[in-house]
Amino acid sequence: MSYIVDRRLNARNKSTVNRQRFLRRYRQQIKRAVDSAVSDRSIKDIDRGEQVGLPREDMGEPVFRHGQGGIRNTIYPGNKEFAAGDRVERPSGGSGGGNASQDGEGDDEFIFQISQNEFLNVIFDELALPDLVRKSLQDIDAYKLVQGGFSNEGIPARLNVLRTMRSAQSRRLALSGGARRRLKEIEALLLEDDARSDPQYPLWLTERDRLKRRVSSIPFLDDFDLKYNLQLKQPIPSNQAVMFCVMDVSGSMDQARKDIAKRFFILLYLFLQRSYEKTEVVFIRHHTSAMEVDENAFFYSRETGGTIVSSALVLIDEIIKERYPPAQWNLYTAQASDGDNWQADSPRCSKILQESLLPLMNYYAYIEITPAAHQDLWLEYEKLLPAFPRNFALRQVEQAADIFMVFKDLFQRRKA
Amino acid sequence: MKPNYISEGSEWTFELIERYDQAIGEIAAGFGLDTYPNQIEIIRSEQMMDAYASAGMPIGYQHWSYGKQFLNVEQDYRRGAMGLAYEIVINSNPCIAYLMEENTMTMQALVIAHACYGHNSFFKGNYLFRAWTEADSIIDYLLFAKNYIAECEERQGVPAVERLLDSCHALMNYGVDRYKRPCPLSFEEEKLAQQERAAYRQQQVNDLWRTIPTSEGFELEPALVGFPPEPEENLLYFIEKNAPNLEPWEREIVRIVRKIAQYFYPQRQTQVMNEGWATFWHYTLTNALYDQRRVNDGFMLEFLRAHAAVIYQPAFDSPHFSGINVYTLGFAMMQDIRRICEQPTAEDKAYFPDIAGSDWLATLNYAMRNFRDESFIEQFLSPKVIRDLALFNVLDNEHQTKLEISDIHDEAGYRAIRSLLASQYDLSNREPNIQVQKVDIKGDRSLTLRHIQAHGISLHDESKEVLKHLHRLWQFDVHLETVCDGTVITHQAYTNNDG
Repeated sequence: MSYIVDRRLNARNKSTVNRQRFLRRYRQQIKRAVDSAVSDRSIKDIDRGEQVGLPREDMGEPVFRHGQGGIRNTIYPGNKEFAAGDRVERPSGGSGGGNASQDGEGDDEFIFQISQNEFLNVIFDELALPDLVRKSLQDIDAYKLVQGGFSNEGIPARLNVLRTMRSAQSRRLALSGGARRRLKEIEALLLEDDARSDPQYPLWLTERDRLKRRVSSIPFLDDFDLKYNLQLKQPIPSNQAVMFCVMDVSGSMDQARKDIAKRFFILLYLFLQRSYEKTEVVFIRHHTSAMEVDENAFFYSRETGGTIVSSALVLIDEIIKERYPPAQWNLYTAQASDGDNWQADSPRCSKILQESLLPLMNYYAYIEITPAAHQDLWLEYEKLLPAFPRNFALRQVEQAADIFMVFKDLFQRRKA
Repeated sequence: MKPNYISEGSEWTFELIERYDQAIGEIAAGFGLDTYPNQIEIIRSEQMMDAYASAGMPIGYQHWSYGKQFLNVEQDYRRGAMGLAYEIVINSNPCIAYLMEENTMTMQALVIAHACYGHNSFFKGNYLFRAWTEADSIIDYLLFAKNYIAECEERQGVPAVERLLDSCHALMNYGVDRYKRPCPLSFEEEKLAQQERAAYRQQQVNDLWRTIPTSEGFELEPALVGFPPEPEENLLYFIEKNAPNLEPWEREIVRIVRKIAQYFYPQRQTQVMNEGWATFWHYTLTNALYDQRRVNDGFMLEFLRAHAAVIYQPAFDSPHFSGINVYTLGFAMMQDIRRICEQPTAEDKAYFPDIAGSDWLATLNYAMRNFRDESFIEQFLSPKVIRDLALFNVLDNEHQTKLEISDIHDEAGYRAIRSLLASQYDLSNREPNIQVQKVDIKGDRSLTLRHIQAHGISLHDESKEVLKHLHRLWQFDVHLETVCDGTVITHQAYTNNDG
């Protein structure tokens, strides 16, 4: 006697909890892998899973076992030319010294894949995002249900009564119309005075009964009369956004600061990507003059010299006019700098922002990556805050966890 | 005979599985296979990976190491480095077998013959399984274990439980009774018993560690008696009963881990036999199906291809070589026993006077029931199998510069190879022999383990890490001494100062 059970629909992820425990246990190592992935990856590429390699010895589960040496006998299969008493060289390099792990495929490393969510989680951990924001960044739930005609199948709650009754009525008419007409005729005949004497009278009676049965056997409602409202999943109409990344690349911005800046850009990018169907990124770097560059040059080339921020703002303005008409694009800017600016330039920046950029921008976020006191640029920017409380944010940042505060308003507004 | 094919295509359906199971079951009954009822569960590949990760336990407690195992399997599977097994079978009553959705009809039939009739009858018949595992209550017990550990995690926090489990797992292989027999309990009984145990155990431990002299004034001199009176091989049992400072819930978890170790102990001792038996029967049963013309040639060709892959044994110098394939060895021996019974040669009569020419079914049954890998090989490995597999022995003596081929598959070598191969499957040779030697009850409460060295093989460096885990459980100094010919040759320790 055997029982056959279909378990395919049972929960698949029995191991999820164990997996999470494993990830938590090796959090530090995984974080290192994610960190290096963040600095290596392009911003647009940020939201995938990642392959993580951990050194095997870090995660061993030790047991008592035999070590090397001693006297051992081992039986092997497939003898070809050996005779009893033969002596052979020890195979060299057979044991010890695992394979190198350049391509991440060696024996010394434990390689596994973390999912996109897990990857983002690690990044967000450092950014200290509130849970709600985390969730909205991870979930792609931009669908809504819309009325999309009618269907013959559905759940009772979606029954369309009007359509159902209409269809039932037409079915009844179609199926019983002829019979009813004939019935009326016969009943009229039966009512005539000399009906009873007509030789056909008994035939009429039986036909009348038959027709009555026929008509009453047609159900008032049948399964296929039922009509349901059909709901379609439709992506929420979203449009396009462009994100300007502006960074000061003068000599004072070292790699550590650029890494913080990169996380700042990533966060805005992830937000935009979730909110808009199409997101474009424009990288503008500047020292004394500004230039549109590709991502690699943006993060990894070093320049020296002074700093004139306004050059970048002017360039943004030009690019907007040329390529991104504000009527069609949502405009976002993320600017990162160490706060240095040529003194006379700061009022000019403020003026450009106030007059041409901020009125167009959905959001303009500025971070100053420095532990030092504020300088001119910050002070000038600060004056603009009261005029643009909803789409302008600035923040002094010393570590990655401070970044989120710049976007606080942005994420809050989205919830509303 | 007119063909009466059960199926002709490669797609399986539940109805076909049922019909194959019935057909195979009838033939198996004809051969006298005694099985538990079968519960065949169809699962998907992800679920198979889950099952892998939990060592085939259908219900397992949560632990990071299973997560690691899962990631490992998943990665290998995705890279294509590993195919998943076609089935996993669980020693329980009813006997649960997992079949993968991806298998073709032929593979499902092979798996049914292999797992549901082969392994199943082995679980029910072999003396080790009969003595050590309780097929009726194992699922209950695993459920109890899972719930209990989840409860502990709630009360004590996940990290505390996880650390304890880490330590227990490190000693898991030393958590088995090799001779004493455990007694089976169901879930409810186990729960009740557990509560009683918690109270009783603490009292026992307290008695052992009582330092106030009794009013009687009569006490055995501890130096004379010593504790434990006999060396104890079951380290986890010893810790559960005697560790001074463990909380009751900690003792219970130690017990759970050793119970599960005990449950798997017979499987570790019968790999060759178990797989050999199952492979022999899927081969025999499927051929009987073919002889009855219940399956067609296409089915048979696919079956033989899969069967050949299962019993493929790469030679020692092949890049695919990774030890002796237990399926190959087991299948070859089972087939050979049948041959010795049915068509004995003069050589067989010389080597196996008792079984040559006897009833093969009875002999095979006897072998399945009363042996484990080591004794099975020692008893039944014939010169023919040694020749067929071209077995030879390599003697690796660290004091010599060269390896010696001490024996090969010839008249002079058969018996030696048989004994050497048998001892290769003896668990006590594969794992270092370590036992609890003594506890300093009156002094610093230190625990001393003794490793009895064999063949000059020293302990792996990892032992230091294991001592740390042991220390976490014992909570006083732990020592490990290696003894060779009665003298202590090395000593390592993990003391309170190291922590």
